[in-house]
Amino acid sequence: MTTRPVWQERPTVFGLTLKTVVLTLIVLAMVYPLYVVVLTSLSTARAVTEAGGLVTLPGELSLDAYRELFGGGVVTRAVLVSTGVTVVGTALSLALTILAAYGLSRPGSVLHRPLLFLFLLTFLFTPGMIPSYLIVRELGLIDSYWSLILPTAVSAFNLVVMRAFFMNIPGEVLDSARIDGASDFRILWRIVLPMSKGVTAVIGLFYAVGYWNAFFNAVLYINDNTKWPLQLILRQYVQQGMNLVPNQRAVDTAAGYALPPNLAIKMAIIVVALVPVLLIYPFVQRHFTKGVIIGAVKG
Amino acid sequence: MAVLRKSPPADALTSSAGTRPPKPGRPPLRARLRRDWQLLAMTIPAVGLLVVFHYVPTLGNVIAFQDYSPYDGITGSPWVGLYNFQWLLSDPEFWTALRNTVTITAFQLVFYFPIPIALAVLLDSVMSRRLRLFIQGVVYMPHFFSWVLVVALFQQILGGAGLLAQTLRQAGHEPWHVMTDPDAFIVLVTAQSVWKDAGWGTIIFLAALAAINTSLYEAAAVDGASRWRRLWHITLPGLRPVILLLLILRLGDALNVGFEQFFLQRDAVGAEAAEVLDTFVYWRTLMTGAWSYGAAAGLFKGLVGLILIVVANKVAHRFGEQGIYKRS
Repeated sequence: MTTRPVWQERPTVFGLTLKTVVLTLIVLAMVYPLYVVVLTSLSTARAVTEAGGLVTLPGELSLDAYRELFGGGVVTRAVLVSTGVTVVGTALSLALTILAAYGLSRPGSVLHRPLLFLFLLTFLFTPGMIPSYLIVRELGLIDSYWSLILPTAVSAFNLVVMRAFFMNIPGEVLDSARIDGASDFRILWRIVLPMSKGVTAVIGLFYAVGYWNAFFNAVLYINDNTKWPLQLILRQYVQQGMNLVPNQRAVDTAAGYALPPNLAIKMAIIVVALVPVLLIYPFVQRHFTKGVIIGAVKG
Repeated sequence: MAVLRKSPPADALTSSAGTRPPKPGRPPLRARLRRDWQLLAMTIPAVGLLVVFHYVPTLGNVIAFQDYSPYDGITGSPWVGLYNFQWLLSDPEFWTALRNTVTITAFQLVFYFPIPIALAVLLDSVMSRRLRLFIQGVVYMPHFFSWVLVVALFQQILGGAGLLAQTLRQAGHEPWHVMTDPDAFIVLVTAQSVWKDAGWGTIIFLAALAAINTSLYEAAAVDGASRWRRLWHITLPGLRPVILLLLILRLGDALNVGFEQFFLQRDAVGAEAAEVLDTFVYWRTLMTGAWSYGAAAGLFKGLVGLILIVVANKVAHRFGEQGIYKRS
C-alpha cells in the first residue's frame, strides 16, 4: 500500500465511493460474462433448462459437456490443429524475430538501414487482401497449415520492440565478448537472450495469442473444414448456432420459449478457446507493467 | 556499441590498404561484410518472408489495372487502365461501405478514444499498488481474446437467446434484439471495441502519467490548486504528446475499422449498416471472382490510408510534436 503524499488532500467520502463503484462495475463487466459462460458450460442439461438459458447461480454441475467435446470429433480435432499451429508458429516466429532483431541491432552494419527500412515501411501500408490471397494460392499453400503460419510469421511491430530492447543492452558487455572472439550467434545465445527473458516472454505471448486467435486467414486459406482451427469451429457452432450433435431438438422451457439445445456444449467451446489465453496470461502479465513494451513504444 | 563503430577491428584497417580509399571513418565493404556477415545471415530469413508475403503482394496490386484471370496470370491478363477504379466510384455498394467505414471511425473517435485516457487517470489515482495491478490485469485481458470469442460472448449476453433477452422475458417484457438491430449496430460495435481494447489502450497513457514529475503536483497543491485544476493544468498537458500521437495513428488508420468484427456480424445486421471497406472487398471478390475489382478497392483503401498518415504527420509536426516518424 502506497501512502498518500502529504500535500495531497484527503479523499472525500463521495469521491472514494464513486471511484469504488465505477471500478467495481468495470471489473464486473469484464469478469461476469466469463463467469456465466464457464458456469453454464459446467452445468447439467437440467440446470440449464431450469435457468431458462445461461446459468447465473451454481446449481447442478457436471463435466458432461467437456466429455462430449473431447470424446473425439470436430472440436477435438480443431483443438489439435490450433495447438499445433500455435506451437510451431510461435517457435518459428520467435526464432525469426529474435535473429532479425539482433541482426538489425547494430547501427552501421552492412545494409542495416535499408533492411530496417523494409520492416518499418510495412507500418505505412498493407498489401491488401486480394494480392495476399493470390500469392498464398500461387505458392500452393491453400488448405495447408503453413498458410496460417508463414504470412504472419514475422510482425514488424514485435521485431521493432525486440530490437529496441536489444539496443538498450549496454554496449560494453557485447564489445568485451566480441574482443574475446565470440561469434555473434554465440553472443546472442549466451549473453543477449538470457538478459531478455521478459521481452521474449511478452513477444512470445503476442505471437502465440495471434496464432491461437487466427481467424480470418483460416477463412481465406482453409477451405477443407476437416482442417479448421478452433476459431472457425467457434464461429460455426457458437456464433452461427449450428448444432454440434445432430438430431437434437430445441428444448422448451417453462416460460414457453425454445432454448437452443446443448447450450452447455456451446459454452464449453467458448471456454476451450478461452482457457489457453487465461492460463498463459498471468505469467506474462507482470512483464507488461515492468515496462518492457512501454519502453520500446516510447523509444 | 558506439565504441565499436568508431574503431573498426584491426583487420579492417589493414585490408583497406591498396584498394579504393574508403569513406572517412568507415571500413570498406569487404571488411564490413567479413565483420557483419553473421548479422546479415540472421536477418535474411525474416526479410525473405517479408518480401514474399508483403512486398510481392504489394507489387501484385498491379492487377487492379488489369482484367485479371487466374488462368492467364499477371503476364497474360489484359490491361484495362483505370476501368476498375471508374467502376468502383460508380458502385453504390462501394459508397455505402466507404460511408459506413468513415461514420464508424468518426463515432469511435468521439465515444471510444477518450475512454482509455479517462480509465488511465482513474487507475493512476488508485492508491493501493496491489489493487491497481489486479484491475490492470483484468482490464488488459480481453485484448487477448479473438474477435470470434468476443462476438460470441456478446451474443450470449445481449443476443436473442442471451442473458438480457432471457431476463427480459422472465420479467414479462419483449426482448430487444440488439445484436441484429441495424440502428444500434454502431453503438454495439463500439461497445465491443471498448470492452475488448479500452483496457489495453490505457497502457501507453499510464506510462505517460508515470513520467509526469510529481513535484509539479506538489508545487501546485502547495499553491492551492484543487484536484481538478491539477488534472487540467498538469495531467492533461503531460498526456498531450501521447494523445496527439494516438490521434494521428487513428486518423491514418481511418479506413481500418477492424475486419473480423464486421465480417462476423455483417450477416446478422445486414450490409446496409455493417458493410465496411474490408468486408466489401471480401464479398465482392472472393465470392464472385472479380479479382481486379477487389484489388482496386483494396488499393484505393491503401493509398488513402497512406495519404492520411502522411498528412496527419505533417499536422503533428506543425503542432511541434514528433508524430510517428521524425521530420527528415
